[in-house]
Amino acid sequence: MPVSLEVNGRAVSLTLDPRVTLLDALREHLRLTGSKKGCDHGQCGACTVLVNGRRILSCLTLALMHEGDHVTTIEGLGTPDDLHPMQAAFVRHDGYQCGYCTPGQIISAVATLDEIAAGIPSHATADLLAAPQVTGPEIRERMSGNLCRCGAYSNIVDAITEIAGSQG
Amino acid sequence: MKFDTPATTNPIDQLKVVGRPADRIDGKFKTTGTAPYAHERHDVAADQAYGFVLGSGIAKGRIRAMHLDAAKAAPGVLAIVTTLDMPRLKRGTMNVAFLFGGDEIQHYHQAIAVVVARTFEQARAAAYLIRVDYAPEPGRYDLAAEAPNAPPVGGDSGEGSGAPPEDRVGDFEGAFAAAPVRLDERYATADESHAMMEPHATIAAWDGDRLTLWTSNQMIAWGKGSIAKILGIPARNVRLDSPYVGGGFGGKLFIRADAVLAALGAKAAGQPVKVALTRPLIANNTTHRPATLQRIRIGADRDGTITAVAHESTSGNLPDGDPETAVSQTKLLYAGANRLTAMRLAVLDLPEGNAMRAPGEAPGMMALEVAMDEMAERLGLDPIAFRVLNDTQVDPENPDRRFSQRALADCLRLGAERFGWAGRDPRPGAVRDGRWLVGMGVAAGFRNNLLMKSAARVRLDGMGRVTVETDMTDIGTGSYTILAQTAAEMMGVELDKVVVRLGDSDFPASAGSGGQWGANTSASGVYAACVKLREAVAQRLGFNSADAVFTDGEVRAGNRVATLAEAAGAGELVGEDAIEFGDLGDRYQQSTFAGHFVEVGVDSFTAEVRVRRMLAVCAAGRILNPKTARSQVIGAMTMAVGSALMEKLEVDKRRGFFVNHDLAGYEVPVHADIPHQEVIFLDETDPISSPMKAKGVGELGICGVGGAVANAVYNATGVRVRDYPITLDKLLARMPEAI
Repeated sequence: MPVSLEVNGRAVSLTLDPRVTLLDALREHLRLTGSKKGCDHGQCGACTVLVNGRRILSCLTLALMHEGDHVTTIEGLGTPDDLHPMQAAFVRHDGYQCGYCTPGQIISAVATLDEIAAGIPSHATADLLAAPQVTGPEIRERMSGNLCRCGAYSNIVDAITEIAGSQG
Repeated sequence: MKFDTPATTNPIDQLKVVGRPADRIDGKFKTTGTAPYAHERHDVAADQAYGFVLGSGIAKGRIRAMHLDAAKAAPGVLAIVTTLDMPRLKRGTMNVAFLFGGDEIQHYHQAIAVVVARTFEQARAAAYLIRVDYAPEPGRYDLAAEAPNAPPVGGDSGEGSGAPPEDRVGDFEGAFAAAPVRLDERYATADESHAMMEPHATIAAWDGDRLTLWTSNQMIAWGKGSIAKILGIPARNVRLDSPYVGGGFGGKLFIRADAVLAALGAKAAGQPVKVALTRPLIANNTTHRPATLQRIRIGADRDGTITAVAHESTSGNLPDGDPETAVSQTKLLYAGANRLTAMRLAVLDLPEGNAMRAPGEAPGMMALEVAMDEMAERLGLDPIAFRVLNDTQVDPENPDRRFSQRALADCLRLGAERFGWAGRDPRPGAVRDGRWLVGMGVAAGFRNNLLMKSAARVRLDGMGRVTVETDMTDIGTGSYTILAQTAAEMMGVELDKVVVRLGDSDFPASAGSGGQWGANTSASGVYAACVKLREAVAQRLGFNSADAVFTDGEVRAGNRVATLAEAAGAGELVGEDAIEFGDLGDRYQQSTFAGHFVEVGVDSFTAEVRVRRMLAVCAAGRILNPKTARSQVIGAMTMAVGSALMEKLEVDKRRGFFVNHDLAGYEVPVHADIPHQEVIFLDETDPISSPMKAKGVGELGICGVGGAVANAVYNATGVRVRDYPITLDKLLARMPEAI
């Protein structure tokens, strides 16, 4: 079945088996392999992408459900020679080890700061009437859907905190 | 290069590049999603088909028949290979379970078929159309039930952890009976899963009788030999390529079913095939850290001097498997004249038990370091003072053999100072912070330093660029970066002048990534190759190589100067060598040490445990890159929090499998579980270890931390849990009254 969507600012049209997930459409059909398949069950966060500006688990949604949607993957944030500030912060703070969860962590990190800026509360938000702040507990709570078995969490939080600070 | 006398001053000691916290040279690829992992290498072979692995639905028995008609007729199916199509295949290096072939089922989710189809969706759908007729047999799945009949069995992890079936020094029983203060307690650790983020995955392509595997593997040379043996083909016809490995932790030390079935599937389909194990298959299809049942007895004089120590452990495994060597560190960690260690091994029909990060020490120290805490309390001693009192600078079983270096006491003392240990109230349950009961715990960290042969090739081109080639892997450890730092230091160039190429079996064979030997030994291999390259450069320039100084991209000897680019201008220069180690590892006990400190809060109402602070002080020789080494340690500390508080593969004792076989059921630490972590490296160099004067650090970080968590929970609550993980159900009934 045909589907048209915009991926990293580029219009793409695909003809897909209706069982193809958004993740496999990206990885296998568009060969954008930055989004990772860690579990294929929505349990690990490695496949996190932005759809119309909000983060979702691309393994838990079918590609055909995204007609006309705007998808941003890790490849759309920056390139090796032109890193997004969050990507550069992950490098500086060693916010990764094996690198397999890293694209998902970075997409989630960008979305986390956007969500806090937009006033969206989390489980860690003490006062639901006040604007949520960028704190360690807020970052850790909002990032907890992204597993890192290498255990880079402490460094990832440092990287996100630095970028949050630089954004004022 | 043979390393058989302690290192003297060498170019690494300049520390212009080595020893600095350089950012990873592969970081820009990992953070942009452009680092290629095994399953996503669309570029390496055309017409890749998809293989989907079917796992056994029974744990033990035989397959009578497999009904394939519906699957064969399904859309897109190119080939189906089942385990009934061939006799049982030979086992590769280090494998315990057989990976494929024949009708016998040894464990649940053993691979029994691969379906190859044009797309992943087609392969998956067809695989579920296969109907299997099983003849199940009863199996043994309960370690506690089998333990009383388990025979004494020795074993060696091959990673510096090992013990005979029984090992005695002096008269343990007599000394223990005579000791005025005694401890005799039993501890249990759980079956654990590596749960690395990247599933085991392989793309296989045949070119005639030559096989290439783009795979995810920690040990390329082992893997090359193993797949050749399994498939019955010459090793020279096999190439493995594994430039990026999405985590291993011991789970990718070996060839597993993904590689075998990609190869068989590609042969059957007549085109390249890629296979990834699905996440729910991994826990039961691959290997795990086996559960242990441990008993520790310690006897001491009233002043705290240990006079008798015994550590016994029972674990289970498939036939031909090894025990979890949980008693190993107890042979070396503390003094005491009368000693006993013993291991027993039960035959279980669960999936294969094998190495997971710090096999032996990780579960062994979760028991020993709690026992030490308990003993200190019985003696009325501070747990740090008790450990320091029983510290030793010699192998307690063989006092003529000294440790090359042993700064355990320094680690504990410095850690105490930095962590604010003096402010700890030794009375359990005495500190409250609102609804939280707060406690601190300490443990020693200990893991041996292993020395393995490791080879590398280093090229210098006419641009003055240095290229390192070795089959060493980077599984998140930082190999790319530390090998670049080593070559940069040796050749006198900036880090950005070095290219590192890893993980290809066509490159010289390295020590690989295991047993925390990778950094020290593979860097030493690059060192050896660079020594050869320096000689080649000097010879090309007509310089006296003994006088040549390599610095700032230039070579100087006497009053002569030339650039490296000029040296290679007339043609590339190549140095290739291996580091091989003499008997320094036998003459000296080489180990790494740490002091691990943990503060927890335990909810006084719910018994929920939150880790508040963590500190590791490590003595592990020269730290080649403090940034990547620190990451190794915090990652290990994180995994240890998992072992202590949440990780357990739950055994279905009727049907014989790990029930929680995915990342929702098998809980690993998440962001919210882990606080800011501190790591301090003692300023240490160990010239007895290698020319790099470094030692391993990647596993030291997990050894003892679980015990420190348990000791902190006890200090917070007064509840001693000796059965890991310390889940709140084990605390709740015995918690102090909530205020």
